Amino acid sequence: MLWRLRGYVRPHAGLVTGMVITAIVGLGAGTLIPLVSKAVVDGPVRRGDAGAIVPLAGLALALGAFDITLAVWRRFVQARVAMDIETNIRNDLYAHLQRLSVGFHDRWQSGQLLSRAMSDASAIRRLLGFGAIFFVGNATLFLAVVVMLVRLHAGLAALAAVTAIPIAWLSLQFERRYSAVSRQVQDDQGDLTTHIEEAATGIRVIKAFGRRQYVADSFGAQARVLRDSSMDAVRVRARFWSLLGVVPNLAMAATLVAGALLVGRGSLTLGGLVAFVTLLFLLVFPLQAQGWILAMAEEAASAATRIFEILDDQPEIRERPGAVALATSHGHLRFEDVGFAYPGQDHAVLRHVDLDVAPGETVALVGMSGSGKTTLATLVPRLYDVTAGRVTLDGHDVRDLTLSSLRRHVGVAFEDPLLFSASVRENLLLGSPDASDEDLDRALEVAQAGFARDLPWGLDTRVGEQGLSLSGGQRQRLALARAIIGRPRVLVLDDPLSALDIHTESQVEEALARVLHGTTALIVVHRPSTVALADRVALLEDGTIVATGTHHDLLEQVPAYRAVLSQEAEGRPEAELAG
Amino acid sequence: MSERIDQWRGVASDDSEEVTASLSVLLRRRSRRLLGSLLRPYRQGLLWALVLIVVENACALAAPYLVRVGIDRGIPPLQRGGSGALQPLVTVGVALTVAALVQAATYDAFMRTTGRVGQSVLLDLRQRLFDHFQKLSLAFHERYTSGRVISRQTSDVEAIAELVTTGVDTVVTAVLSVGTIAVILLVLDLPLGLAVLLVFPLVVALTAWFRRHSERAYRATREAVALVIVHFVESLGGIRAVHAFRREPRNQEIFDDVNDRYRAANVHSARLAGVYGPGVRGLGHLTTVVVLLYGGSRVVDGQMTLGVLAAYLLYLRRFFEPLQELSQFYNLFQAAAAGLEKISGILAEDPSVPEPERPVALLSPRGDVRLDRVSFGYRPGAPVLNDFSLHIPAGQTLALVGLTGAGKSTVARLIARFYDPRAGRVTLDDVDVRDLPDDVLRRTVAMVTQEGFLFSGTVADNIALGRPDASRDEVEAAARAIGAHEFIAALPAGYDSDVRKRGGRLSSGQRQLVAFARAFLADPQVLILDEATSSLDIPSERLVQRALRSLLADRTAVIIAHRLSTVEIADRVVVIDDGSIIEDGAPDELRLGHGEYARLQQAWQDSLI
Repeated sequence: MLWRLRGYVRPHAGLVTGMVITAIVGLGAGTLIPLVSKAVVDGPVRRGDAGAIVPLAGLALALGAFDITLAVWRRFVQARVAMDIETNIRNDLYAHLQRLSVGFHDRWQSGQLLSRAMSDASAIRRLLGFGAIFFVGNATLFLAVVVMLVRLHAGLAALAAVTAIPIAWLSLQFERRYSAVSRQVQDDQGDLTTHIEEAATGIRVIKAFGRRQYVADSFGAQARVLRDSSMDAVRVRARFWSLLGVVPNLAMAATLVAGALLVGRGSLTLGGLVAFVTLLFLLVFPLQAQGWILAMAEEAASAATRIFEILDDQPEIRERPGAVALATSHGHLRFEDVGFAYPGQDHAVLRHVDLDVAPGETVALVGMSGSGKTTLATLVPRLYDVTAGRVTLDGHDVRDLTLSSLRRHVGVAFEDPLLFSASVRENLLLGSPDASDEDLDRALEVAQAGFARDLPWGLDTRVGEQGLSLSGGQRQRLALARAIIGRPRVLVLDDPLSALDIHTESQVEEALARVLHGTTALIVVHRPSTVALADRVALLEDGTIVATGTHHDLLEQVPAYRAVLSQEAEGRPEAELAG
Repeated sequence: MSERIDQWRGVASDDSEEVTASLSVLLRRRSRRLLGSLLRPYRQGLLWALVLIVVENACALAAPYLVRVGIDRGIPPLQRGGSGALQPLVTVGVALTVAALVQAATYDAFMRTTGRVGQSVLLDLRQRLFDHFQKLSLAFHERYTSGRVISRQTSDVEAIAELVTTGVDTVVTAVLSVGTIAVILLVLDLPLGLAVLLVFPLVVALTAWFRRHSERAYRATREAVALVIVHFVESLGGIRAVHAFRREPRNQEIFDDVNDRYRAANVHSARLAGVYGPGVRGLGHLTTVVVLLYGGSRVVDGQMTLGVLAAYLLYLRRFFEPLQELSQFYNLFQAAAAGLEKISGILAEDPSVPEPERPVALLSPRGDVRLDRVSFGYRPGAPVLNDFSLHIPAGQTLALVGLTGAGKSTVARLIARFYDPRAGRVTLDDVDVRDLPDDVLRRTVAMVTQEGFLFSGTVADNIALGRPDASRDEVEAAARAIGAHEFIAALPAGYDSDVRKRGGRLSSGQRQLVAFARAFLADPQVLILDEATSSLDIPSERLVQRALRSLLADRTAVIIAHRLSTVEIADRVVVIDDGSIIEDGAPDELRLGHGEYARLQQAWQDSLI
């Protein structure tokens, strides 16, 4: 899995090589210092020649300075390379997530996505930027020390080398167990993030029902799950690292005894033994470090797996090869025998829907909650793709058009206004960043959203996230303004006026009627007043169109229509009061 | 770069993040207090860890000492030869082995202990932070945005977690090693030891430099990461709008931008550490040179043995390695401290709607609601309500009518205590709602809003949020009562169907029905409906109204609706305009008059078929 990350490292290959080389050279310089010390102990000090110490000490100083210069350079480069890698991974992930279709986002909790983009990307950065270099440096140090040990005394070195066997075995054991444990920790972290995210976005409901304790309990339960899996990880690490520490220490004991015997026999100098043991001490730290590099590698590998799970998911909605960019549109919208079912469900939300919306015509979609109105509307800008039949715009299957040209011609206002915590202007110009000031003025006027200019900083005022600082009606009017600002040929409006008071509604309707004149529109409607905007009405029942016609025709001829739209049905006691 | 960001974000009043020197001291003190309060319950565990690590260190430090003994005492007998010459060496070998085993065992135990403490501290911190965010008022949440709430609870906590999982053992070990070795160095040879310890002031100076700069740098990373998370969460949460409006390129541009800022902040802090760490090592090299020069000359002069010099060189390494680890730890600590600083800032944030200090018990609430000369505005200088009074007797169903922005929702939110008034008071059964314990207030007053927010989980879970201890039968009864049972039963797994993220599987009308069922199940004495029927189709609305009629018969209700059909079930209508009451009376009475309500009613009737 880590191998798949090579693409992120490749652009930095030169610098990485440089870092590896400096790491090795620097370690070499660092390792030479004890040898210089040995030379001092064995040479001038033993001889009693204080003057001869100075040049050797100077050499040690020079080596030290060299080591530090290289180290600082390496850390500077490393900081950039590592962060570049993390930043690129995160950017790619974000770009891919933006491409993935709405269906994907329905399935995936954003907490899981967030933890992948943040924590997992950092786990990879820690390994690639730091651990990998460290690993190379460490391995080199290890080898260098071993070579020097062999040169000092081959027999003693062989004794020390036996330690490699238990270390390799331990590492294998560890790798197997830790990869499962670290994946668990990361998954639990993602679930916890989901809890955090939902509690943050659902704060109003939690407060409205006083469920603080309830969400705190379920959050606590999930946090304890994370604690437990983290503790598993701690335990695995503790066992491995402590066993890893015991090996060189035992080697040390054996070496000392054997080395002392050799000195006793005169086949090793006292300074030689000192140097040998000193070098052996040098092995303790790299071995320990190897332990946590391995842990880091396992964490990065499972993080990479989690990231590639997303990067490997292909967007369900994508452009076909040779997709046509529709430069201008007449706005002729057609549904031909359209069927739709959400992925993984047998139940069809839409069945055999046929509807022809002529250029400039406004059709209202009417039906009970759950009859498929909203789903039908979302098929036009291809937020979902039909599972049967086709939707055409000017005779082109929408799947044969480039996404950007299709969506440029189709303006949308959702029932949920979906505003972002950005300036009002940014929110309005979401789909048409190049819109002129006149377009902006016109859109605000039609949507009766002039209030936006009276905000503390006018159109530059940041609307709170999801526009929370605005009233429902204000948000809806901004969303409507956003849909019409780019003068799209086709407008898809999902219950666009539901949160408006009757007075504002009639003002918006009046202005909107002018816009709709000459624009093809599909409007999901719950209220009779809004139906007045439509030239024609399509009645949906259980996922299919059961009647189309003018409002008055349907009202007279179709009892089901009357039941859905008329306030007076079912002989309510209030009926006689009405009108 | 920064300019583009600011343009995109727009302007808000809470953007100033500049920290002055005196404030910085204050922040540090506040985060230290927080850390202290987090660690206090685990004093025993920490003490035990300390004991373990002292033993572990004693074993680790014994090794060079034993080596020295081996060389100084073990080798001469061997060189002399004779029986029993091996004895001292074998003793040393065995001692080294025992030390190694004890060291491993104590290290394992230490890691587990500190791991347990660390994870418990994180758990406490997470829960405390989560709960505090939940306590903070809506006004806070609206200002702060959920992205930053998430960032505080994920990224900032993780910065601390990193310290806890990788840092604690090194720091204790390192401090102990450095301390012990400093003593040993002094004992072995006082003059040389003093010369070596002269390096300390240099280390301290370097550390002070690092602290000054890294504090600012890490603070910047915390702020940068929050922006990344805000943008990430929001744009994926609104992915429909992103796709429909071809927002991807612009979003990518913004994301690149915030991500880039985060990178720059990280690179900067990493480079500071990149000077600090090697700097400490460089001081180590410098000390080695001093030992060679000064120590060597002392041996030459016969003031010190060769064995002592050899041991010195070994100990020096053991002295500077932990010192370097300490510098790494300090780096992690600074990163965590920046997170802790942000978190302690949140925890220090007083809920503007605080729990009462001396709560008043309300045994059997009747539901008599009164707003008494209340003034309120969301922003200073922009009052929504001014000296507003309204009395709703227990059991009455009141409809609030008026144009958008008249202040209807504000009245509702004040009754539900989402906000507290700036002047005047809101009472429930003549008790100021500020004196009521939160759980009592919430049990008594429930609010259904337009949004119908659903949590991930099953339909039944979402209804049961109204009363978590409700049985399945009660949940179904609530759904039946408001007419949601049919569509729920038709879902693939009925009540056990997963609603998916944000209830994405349901239509907005169905979500509102679930929200209604939730309120029905909660069975509060005072029910507030704020545009709760706006997305319902007319037949569903009728069903809901029928249910409301029986539900509201014996309880207080405040209904806000633009659809006047919903208002018809009210006992009383209050028309609000620009924050004050302009009409007040029974619906029929007002409808037949010539006021605003009559006009609205006429417009409403005209809008019907």
